[in-house]
Amino acid sequence: MSGAATTRELPVRSAEDKRAFKRELTAVVPHLRAFARGLCGRPDMADDLVQETMLKAWAAQDRFEPGTSMRAWTFVILRNAYLTDMRRNRFRGEYDEGVAERVLTAPAGQEEPIHLSDLHRALLVLPAERREALLLVGAGGFSYEEAANICGCAVGTIKSRVGRARAALAEMLESGDIPDRSSEDPAAHRAILEELDQVAAGQGETAARSL
Amino acid sequence: MSPADHRGNRSKGVKVSQATDPEWASGLKRLYDRVVEEPLPDAFRDLLSRLDDSEHK
Repeated sequence: MSGAATTRELPVRSAEDKRAFKRELTAVVPHLRAFARGLCGRPDMADDLVQETMLKAWAAQDRFEPGTSMRAWTFVILRNAYLTDMRRNRFRGEYDEGVAERVLTAPAGQEEPIHLSDLHRALLVLPAERREALLLVGAGGFSYEEAANICGCAVGTIKSRVGRARAALAEMLESGDIPDRSSEDPAAHRAILEELDQVAAGQGETAARSL
Repeated sequence: MSPADHRGNRSKGVKVSQATDPEWASGLKRLYDRVVEEPLPDAFRDLLSRLDDSEHK
């Protein structure tokens, strides 16, 4: 997909730069997996997303500024890939029930205390923009400023999304009432996709936006 | 008119945010860290080595 054409001149990278890039990319892969898992909740889909992100990052490495945060840079790419994939799925008009079912019985979270899986489930119920904000700040340890850069929105917006996400999670967890929304219910899935469009429409402040 | 002179005012520097941090807040971090600490599946190692190949082209 070729979006905005990039005519900016890019610095030539040496073989050593490439090695350094790859080292850093390798180091953030576990973080990419964690972020992706939190975003989409499906381990298999999350890992596909990470692989896609790695390939895109590698192909776009000339646009990475050495010395800046590889984790933040690749998170932008992953986020965009996620949004794109979600929208593409909608056009396919089908929700992969086979995959969803596998995930429900996937071993990934088995040794997890029950309340952690509740937490994850509640997280997946949140609107996408709040979920990603909370993941970045509350789980990934990014500052509000960094999260705002990754999402391409104002710092105040991130703060308010995180605040609302926390409030919603607190309410769900306290009441024990966590709606099933993410992996089983196609109607809910469509609702999520519509939100994603809104989130995607608001993105685009960062250097990696056209990836 | 004059400012109220509360003694002991200075000792009350308790941060509310920390006191009210719910139990699940650390759970978020654990959800994330748990994945970070998982052994990397072979697929990722394969992919990384394929990146190497294209580098030497």
